[in-house]
Amino acid sequence: MTYPLFYFQNVAYQRILSIDKMEINPYEVTCIVGESGGGKSTILKLLNKSISPTKGTIYYHDKDLADVDSITHRRKVLYLSQKPYMFKGTIKDNLIVGFNMQGITPPKDETLEALLDKLKLKKRLNDDAQYLSGGEAQRVALARLLLLDGDVYLLDEPSSALDDKSAGIIFETIVDFSLKHQKTLVMITHTKAIANQYAHKIYTIDQGHISKEEDNG
Amino acid sequence: MVNSVIALSVPQLALGYIFIIVILFILKKRQISREKELILATFRMTFQLVVVGLLLTVVIDNPHPLITLLIVSIMVGFAVFTVFRKFKGRLSTALKKVIAVSLPVGALSSLMYFLFAVIGVEPYFNPQYVIPITGMIVGNSMTGVSLGVHTMMNRFTDNKEALETALHLGAAPKTASKHIINESFDAAIMPTLNNMLGMGIIFLPGMMTGQILSGVVPTTAIMYQIGVMLGILGGVAFSTFLSLRWGYKTFFNAQDQLR
Repeated sequence: MTYPLFYFQNVAYQRILSIDKMEINPYEVTCIVGESGGGKSTILKLLNKSISPTKGTIYYHDKDLADVDSITHRRKVLYLSQKPYMFKGTIKDNLIVGFNMQGITPPKDETLEALLDKLKLKKRLNDDAQYLSGGEAQRVALARLLLLDGDVYLLDEPSSALDDKSAGIIFETIVDFSLKHQKTLVMITHTKAIANQYAHKIYTIDQGHISKEEDNG
Repeated sequence: MVNSVIALSVPQLALGYIFIIVILFILKKRQISREKELILATFRMTFQLVVVGLLLTVVIDNPHPLITLLIVSIMVGFAVFTVFRKFKGRLSTALKKVIAVSLPVGALSSLMYFLFAVIGVEPYFNPQYVIPITGMIVGNSMTGVSLGVHTMMNRFTDNKEALETALHLGAAPKTASKHIINESFDAAIMPTLNNMLGMGIIFLPGMMTGQILSGVVPTTAIMYQIGVMLGILGGVAFSTFLSLRWGYKTFFNAQDQLR
């Protein structure tokens, strides 16, 4: 019997979100779909503890998230925003920024290059990160997240700036990575087909509420 | 070579006001409507300095530790409130508290070191030394703190995305704000450093000029000026550093989230 990794109990955030009950299971792929502005990103930010609920309780490993150290939590539950921010400097700087921020040794260049290759990003490590297109920046941001040893990956529309073909490759890589390394994946996507293809569970969010919950074997 | 300063008499000083009359005339002629401000500024400058002059005469003639302490406290208090006023209500209560502690701590520790360890003022409360030097160190520290805090506030607003991303990647608030703190510190001490670079070439500093005018030999005057400059730099750096070191925390809540 697996208990949920995250459990929402009567959670509300300002007037944006109100969820009575929501479960996210470990080692599964959970997709969140729904209209934009419905509060999907808010859920991911709550999970990453970038924000805290204004009402109710979120449990993580059966512990109230409010009592968990935020920084330690964020290092395990990593969040990729929809419009990733590129720090000044090279692609390499941006790939290892998480390691610098956490004060740990970054991986070797070969590891970084291999991952860029896997994500079909034809760029050199020394290229300036400021001149990347939206889709390229999104992949660099995804790569810097995957490099960090998280338990949970929260991805906010990781393919929003990509064409269908690249998006397919990205999802393939992410899901493959998370299943192989026993990660938990929570993704927001606007493409229902993607959710149907990869998700174990799909939540549809509508105006701050869960309007549909589907198990997708 | 012992020169003493030529004491200015009131009629002599009155000649100086001719400048004001000339400028008033020009303003009128060119129809620049600044007469009111000019008269007000002239009046206030005269009045304030006369009062301070009389006050200092009394204080210096009757030195007393409590009076010196009171004057120093008033100066520091005014400095803190001047910083508050500069920001016109944009400071959070928490940041105000930080400024109210860091400015006095930074400026006064530097001041005390300078007065007691460097100059060795005797007696320790001697107003002739304590008051003017307090003015210089506290005044400059005040400018440094407001510059530093101003830069920090702007950076926190402008770099919100970078800060959020750093936090998402597991950075502690201190690590995420490191750049901001460093840049703000830099912005705060730059004017003092530039001042030091130009000193003696582009301009002669006021205190040194004053001492030379009053008959102090230039070599002594520059010794004082160098010492005071170091004290000012110390006060600016220390008070700014403390205000930033404690101040960045006010931008985060107890859950290490951006406010």
